[in-house]
Amino acid sequence: MDLVLHVWRQRGPAAPGGFVRYVPEGVSPDMSFLEVLDLLNEQLIGRHEEPIAFDHDCREGICGACGMVINGRPHGPRRATTACQLHMRHFPNDAEIWVEPWRARAFPVVKDLVVDRRAFDRLIQAGGFISVRVGSAPEANATLVPRRDAELAMDAAQCIGCGACVAACPNASAMLFVAAKVAHLGLLPQGQPEREARVLTMVEAMDAAGFGPCSNHGECMAACPKEIRIDFIARLNRDYLRALVRHEPPKGDVQPTEG
Amino acid sequence: MPGLDAGVPEGALETKWTRHRSQVGLVAPANKPRHSLIVVGSGLAGASGAASLAELGYHVACFCFQDSPRRAHSIAAQGGINAAKNYQNDGDSVFRLFYDTLKGGDFRSREANVYRLAELSANIIDQCTAQGVPFAREYGGLLANRSFGGVQVSRTFYARGQTGQQLLLGAYQSLARQIGQGTVTMHARHEMLDLVVIDGAARGIVVRDLVTGELSRHVADAVILATGGYSNIYYLSTNAKGCNVTAIWRAHRRGAAFANPCFTQIHPTCIPPTGHHQAKLTLMSESLRNDGRIWVPKRAGDHRPPQEIPEGDRDYYLERLYPSYGNLVPRDLASRRAKDVCDEGRGVGPAGHGVYLDFHDAIARHGERFIAERYGNLFEMYERITGENPYHTPMRIYPAPHYTMGGLWVDYNLMSTVPGLFVIGEANFSDHGANRLGASALMQGLADGYFILPYAVGDYLAHARLAAVDDAHTAFRDVEREVGERVAQLLAARGQRSADHFHRDLGRVMWDRCGMSRNATGLTEAIEQVRTLRQEFWRDVYVGGDGRDFNQALEHAGRVADFLELAELMCHDALDREESCGCHFREEHQTPDGEAARDDEHFSYVAAWEFAGVGVPPRLRKEPLTFQEVHPSQRSYK
Repeated sequence: MDLVLHVWRQRGPAAPGGFVRYVPEGVSPDMSFLEVLDLLNEQLIGRHEEPIAFDHDCREGICGACGMVINGRPHGPRRATTACQLHMRHFPNDAEIWVEPWRARAFPVVKDLVVDRRAFDRLIQAGGFISVRVGSAPEANATLVPRRDAELAMDAAQCIGCGACVAACPNASAMLFVAAKVAHLGLLPQGQPEREARVLTMVEAMDAAGFGPCSNHGECMAACPKEIRIDFIARLNRDYLRALVRHEPPKGDVQPTEG
Repeated sequence: MPGLDAGVPEGALETKWTRHRSQVGLVAPANKPRHSLIVVGSGLAGASGAASLAELGYHVACFCFQDSPRRAHSIAAQGGINAAKNYQNDGDSVFRLFYDTLKGGDFRSREANVYRLAELSANIIDQCTAQGVPFAREYGGLLANRSFGGVQVSRTFYARGQTGQQLLLGAYQSLARQIGQGTVTMHARHEMLDLVVIDGAARGIVVRDLVTGELSRHVADAVILATGGYSNIYYLSTNAKGCNVTAIWRAHRRGAAFANPCFTQIHPTCIPPTGHHQAKLTLMSESLRNDGRIWVPKRAGDHRPPQEIPEGDRDYYLERLYPSYGNLVPRDLASRRAKDVCDEGRGVGPAGHGVYLDFHDAIARHGERFIAERYGNLFEMYERITGENPYHTPMRIYPAPHYTMGGLWVDYNLMSTVPGLFVIGEANFSDHGANRLGASALMQGLADGYFILPYAVGDYLAHARLAAVDDAHTAFRDVEREVGERVAQLLAARGQRSADHFHRDLGRVMWDRCGMSRNATGLTEAIEQVRTLRQEFWRDVYVGGDGRDFNQALEHAGRVADFLELAELMCHDALDREESCGCHFREEHQTPDGEAARDDEHFSYVAAWEFAGVGVPPRLRKEPLTFQEVHPSQRSYK
């Protein structure tokens, strides 16, 4: 295939960046998008030029490491597909493709297409867990979970933490990410004791990390490679309101209590 | 060389762990925060271990090379996790899980460790369920199970085709909770490049910050390696691109013995490669073998499309050869038989490297909806990669390197031959012998991290007399200097070939000569080829950049350099083991019907190798395998 790639190159967080035009040789329709970048990088190294930095690891669409905006869309044009699972057979020959990093204040650029997504980790640290000490878990079948609830929890739990939702959102909001975790844990009986504290601390952490507000564009759902639905955002809003009314802890003291 | 003693407690098999637990040394609650511990790796073993130790009150520093601990490769495990809950009332028990695992490993694992693993399996399910892992459920709200290869009961718990992801997120969330509370300091995008040993004990590590290129020293009272397996030595494997041997290889060079390095699992159900550009291979969960039937055409060179090949012209070879287990034989057998039929010219697909995994009968019996519910996401993944719809056309699969049973040698307390250096999860060798059964890697990672490590580390700290050291100690300075010199050497070569180029070449040698089938001539040649390749590497590799910023080519080059040393050890080990067992098939040693011919009289031991220098034959130490409860039998799945 003949392709023209315009790739965002940026040496570091403070350096200015810009698009550089490349024509990789030997692209086949069976390649994944990241394999095209591999190929191009080998050609760059062969010319002793600096290869393009991009995050990737499992290449099976589950680790969430890869993420780049391809022709204006996070992870590219295919529904429910991460960049590593996007194959070139879905592009026309002679395609001209623009590749750039996630753009969001909470995700500063590290280099080229690589961004720092530790803000997501901080959201989970703020409350995205169930406090259960090793050794004190009850027998697993002692608590029944209706299959419908377990399935719905699983729908939300599938989030791979790639950040496409933030990249797609005009406000760079992390609502879908937070909503998915709040729903996953809040739908299960094991998650009830901390349900209110969790939603309050996670929302607070989200604001503190520099993510924007949600204004219901729905772009996040369209970009999500795991097709996590915005219904979960509605659920988050309900849970948040409920927690505000019922929980009322002094502000700044809403850490979940030790188990 | 003296043999190795694993320190297995006395007494009946089923009482060992309970007794041991009540006899290990303890560290008082007030003293725990005075101990610093290092955990390298944040997969199932590392995250669960770091979280459990921090919960007890130790001060923990955790390192991972990924941008977040949530991305460790455990996340990609699809099928499930075994546990002897006997929820299905189908005759399962701790003993049966233990026996299946030991037999699956072809009696080359340590009996007491495997029994403990089976014992702890039920606690893992309790722990994970309490954390909110959304396991599959039945309509009544109970946990659901499915069956997996190599066993005749249903004991596998699963979360769709993403069990590893959900278990890892459970462990990651426990870790995140501890990070939030300040008991764990997390260092993401940091790679361990060496181990520091002082007075014979592991006292810390030297790491490279992958963003700034800076080296730093980290001191601790014990170091725990949970850095996964080394299947990427084959270049093409199902492992994530970043998986590597560096941490355990560096520890090996500092004195930790490496056990059974040639025991590498080639997984039977992966998507066949399509061309030279291929960066990695994708696994299709073994659970597919529950409903899919494996076949090839009876006649070599039959290139008709699968739908046009009538029933009579098909060879369902696993069902034919192994009537009682059929398509659910263990992975090593399924892989080897696939290789056999392809070698006979009956392979399917463009290069003849493939066999069919056909769901036609299952769909006819249960309906498409049922199959979609069970395997929907796997079918989607297959279609995305191959462009073919497996609901209508049989999948094509081929074996690929997937898991390494070998790893650093550990005793019953998961401690390596270097005191204070613990090794957990896939990075150690202990539980899977010569072949791992499906759904047992997740079980082992979590058993090690949640339930064994906290006791083992406490016991060590309670008895060790450790001098106070800080990072200005000469040992730390020396190791950091050596690491810096090595990085500089990689950058200075400025040759003509990329690290990736050498990695591919190495992978081809290992796949051809130390892969699914091995022989003395091939292995001897491989050792020579690897040596030549290693010399060329240091002369002709081109890395680029100055090492003072984010440099993925440099990261990769360092890992390839270590693979080039490990490769030689793997070949030595494979050459030395003059028998066939599990995954290790030596062509010279087979039964008349082509099965592995094990030699218990001469090879019932763990081969633990000590480093003697690059290019110098390693020294062998043996841990004899004795079986108290079971009698090793000829493995039969017929």
